[in-house]
Amino acid sequence: MQIAVIINHQQFTLEVQPDDFLVDTLRAQGLYSVRRGCETSSCGLCTVWLNGKPTLSCSLLSFRAAGQHITTIEGLRSEAEEFAQFMAAEGADQCGYCSPGFIMTVLAMKRELVNPTEADMIHYLTGNLCRCTGYQGQLRAVKKYLGV
Amino acid sequence: MKYVGKALPKTDALAISTGKPVYTEDLAPDNALVVKILRSPHAFARIKSIDTTKAHSVKGVECILTYKDVPQVRFTLAGQSYPEPSPYDRLILDQVVRYVGDEVAIIAAADERAANAAMKRIKVEYEVFEPVLEFEQAIGHASVVHPEADLSCNFDIGMDKARNICSSHILAEGDVEQELKKCDIVIEETYYTQAQAPAMMETFRAFTYLDHTGRLVVVSSTQVPFHIKRQVARALELPASQVRVIKPRIGGGFGGKQTGSGEVFTGLVTLKTGKPAFYIYNRSETFSCTTSRHAMRLKVRLGADKEGVIRALDIENLSDTGAYGEHAPTTFAVCGDKTLPLYNKTRAVRYHGHAVYTNKMPAGALRGYGATQGTFALESTVNKLAAKLGMDPAELRLKNLIKEGETSLAFHGNVLGSSALDRCIEKGKELIGWQDKYPRKQLPNGNIRAVGMAVTMQGSGIAGIDTASASVRLNEDGSYCLLIGSTDMGTGSDTMLAQVAAEVLAMPPEKIIVHAADTDISPYDPGSYASSTAYVTGMAVLRAAEDLKKQIITQGARMLEVAPAQVQFDGQQLTAPSGREISIKKLAELLVVGTGNCQLVGNATYGSPISPPPFVAGFVEIELDPGTGKFEIINYVAVVDCGTVLNANLAKIQVEGGIAQGIGMAMYEEVRYDDRGRMKTNNFMQYKIPCRKDVGKITVAFEESYEPTGPFGAKSIGEVVINTPSPAIAQAIYNAVGVSIASLPITPEKVFMGMKGAMIHAKQSDETSG
Repeated sequence: MQIAVIINHQQFTLEVQPDDFLVDTLRAQGLYSVRRGCETSSCGLCTVWLNGKPTLSCSLLSFRAAGQHITTIEGLRSEAEEFAQFMAAEGADQCGYCSPGFIMTVLAMKRELVNPTEADMIHYLTGNLCRCTGYQGQLRAVKKYLGV
Repeated sequence: MKYVGKALPKTDALAISTGKPVYTEDLAPDNALVVKILRSPHAFARIKSIDTTKAHSVKGVECILTYKDVPQVRFTLAGQSYPEPSPYDRLILDQVVRYVGDEVAIIAAADERAANAAMKRIKVEYEVFEPVLEFEQAIGHASVVHPEADLSCNFDIGMDKARNICSSHILAEGDVEQELKKCDIVIEETYYTQAQAPAMMETFRAFTYLDHTGRLVVVSSTQVPFHIKRQVARALELPASQVRVIKPRIGGGFGGKQTGSGEVFTGLVTLKTGKPAFYIYNRSETFSCTTSRHAMRLKVRLGADKEGVIRALDIENLSDTGAYGEHAPTTFAVCGDKTLPLYNKTRAVRYHGHAVYTNKMPAGALRGYGATQGTFALESTVNKLAAKLGMDPAELRLKNLIKEGETSLAFHGNVLGSSALDRCIEKGKELIGWQDKYPRKQLPNGNIRAVGMAVTMQGSGIAGIDTASASVRLNEDGSYCLLIGSTDMGTGSDTMLAQVAAEVLAMPPEKIIVHAADTDISPYDPGSYASSTAYVTGMAVLRAAEDLKKQIITQGARMLEVAPAQVQFDGQQLTAPSGREISIKKLAELLVVGTGNCQLVGNATYGSPISPPPFVAGFVEIELDPGTGKFEIINYVAVVDCGTVLNANLAKIQVEGGIAQGIGMAMYEEVRYDDRGRMKTNNFMQYKIPCRKDVGKITVAFEESYEPTGPFGAKSIGEVVINTPSPAIAQAIYNAVGVSIASLPITPEKVFMGMKGAMIHAKQSDETSG
């Protein structure tokens, strides 16, 4: 089946199977920042935005994205790099495998939450697992980025 | 120092954070065959028949391989220096399957759909055997996991395969029974540590292809490219020179990727078909078909005098290596080697026991590598001694711990070159507020706050065995290339090693191009494991840079027409006493272009006869609800002696990450099976790694020592940081509610049942006495 989607502000017509998940469809388009880390919607690696909201692309059937706006980190390059500098300054990138999904959630949080407390931030970001950092450096980076 | 110790960002930080295509999957060729594995549904069985006819008829299927199609050479997946101590006990595919998930058939197809469809059409008939599922019943079990005659070992590892004993070990100094008899106090306890999954974010994956000369190229997310090269060569019966292994960026390893995984499967497919082949382990396979930490049962006897001086230590260990013996003898040895030397007032020590085969997923390497298990057992026992003596556990440590310049019975005759562990303990007490908080405080809401502590050591590389080489090349434009074979799995070791070279060459690290790792290009390195990279590879890099610097000065002196000793080199300019100078850039250019020249390359190889231990003093404050047993971490303080800190930020994150992984092991994580040997914890819903709400606050501090044999005084940091949470948290629980937990993980349920048990016990003794 064919679907029309807008990926990173660009219109695409894609051929997908009914059981294709969005993560695979996006990777097939060369959007390699989007990764599958589990099969149970638990880890957050595959986080993209669907109409501006963080969404797990591993559990969204591709055809359900038809007609909608998808954003990956490739579409937020300069903003992502700005935050990534804060991560780098803390050494909090480590293996980097969870970083794109994490950054997508951080950038969404920045838009959604007004003056979040530390607990608000931790709650918002909980769905993004990381095995390297113990989360402390990520939190330092987020707080410095948000200037709190 | 100008560059060493600085909190420089990782050289790959921006690329990896923003999702650039630098990992294995991103680099796989589009035309690679998709490999899938049919796996055993039985814990122990023999394949009676296997019919692949229908599977072959699926469109797009290129090749299906069974045990009939593989080389009959047993090998080990353990990534260890040759000759590997792990037994050669597996085939790529075997007629006997030894755990649920063991490989039965390899399917390669043009796409995933075809591979999955073909897998469903393979018919297998099994003769099912009684599996060995309880490791405490493995020795002498009626079922023998490895009866095969062609299993072999490079060393006498004490294998007795007829009794399911994979390896045996004994280390004994003095007469431990005699010394225990002489002691005023003897503490005895049996501890159980669970299998833990590495759960790195990037699952296992590898692809292979044949290059233009017909050699097999393996691109793998691995910590051990050179070991994978040798392993693949053995398993596929190729000369090692016909195999090239490339490691791109790695999405975490934690020791898990010190064991080979899919390389032999894709390699075989590529050899059979001539085509590129790619295999990704999904999360479920990563949990249930790779390796985990060895589960252990540790029986500890500790003897001390009335003053609290520890005089005798005896640990009997039983380690569960699962279906294959990857890392079985070595994790077993490390468990004793990296714990017993801590307490050196002993007059006798003994450490002994077996690693046993069972019909479960194999165990393997995981951060801490036996020391983590041993630390839980020994430190919990030392904490018990403190409780029995009514002594502050921190004071008890200071009284008994090995100090700089001292040796220890289980230290193989070595002398401790550096230690700031006493300062780590003092600093940790201060940071947690030990004086005020020990042992517990009742809160107005009924909850209890309590503190606990533990100390630990690890090693830095494998003494006398693991040896790394490094090359530093002066490029024609005056920049440098640093070639290493160690594997930055996210730790930032590439950056940290560039800092080491930069310090020697007085050149900013960003001017040093780091290349790692490709077995055709990189100098030999065992890979990143055993806490070796900063210390072993670090020393190789330091010496290679010094070698190059010497050559630069010699060549500069020649051009300046003075003696080398007269040349000043500040990294940019070489200056003669007359003031005449030549830039490094010009020197480089002159050395590369034209006749009679020679491009300068500094080389060094380093292997250490010792493995200097880094130390951690870990302190934890918990808050516990006595109504439910539920508890959480308020603050975890880790004070670390890793010698000289080479990169302040990266070292700190290593500590924070290791403590969090240790908290996971202490409180949440456990690989579990059902009564048929099927893993119940094969996903993140069932196997819970800490999320950011679960770790509490982690406070890190460093107390530097100076290790005379390390690069700029550095020791390791990667593993030692995972060891303290389990015993420290267990002690905090004890201090809170008087319940001793001797089996991990420490769940609220165990705490609650312990409290209930203690109450019943108290009630019964009341009744008896009343």
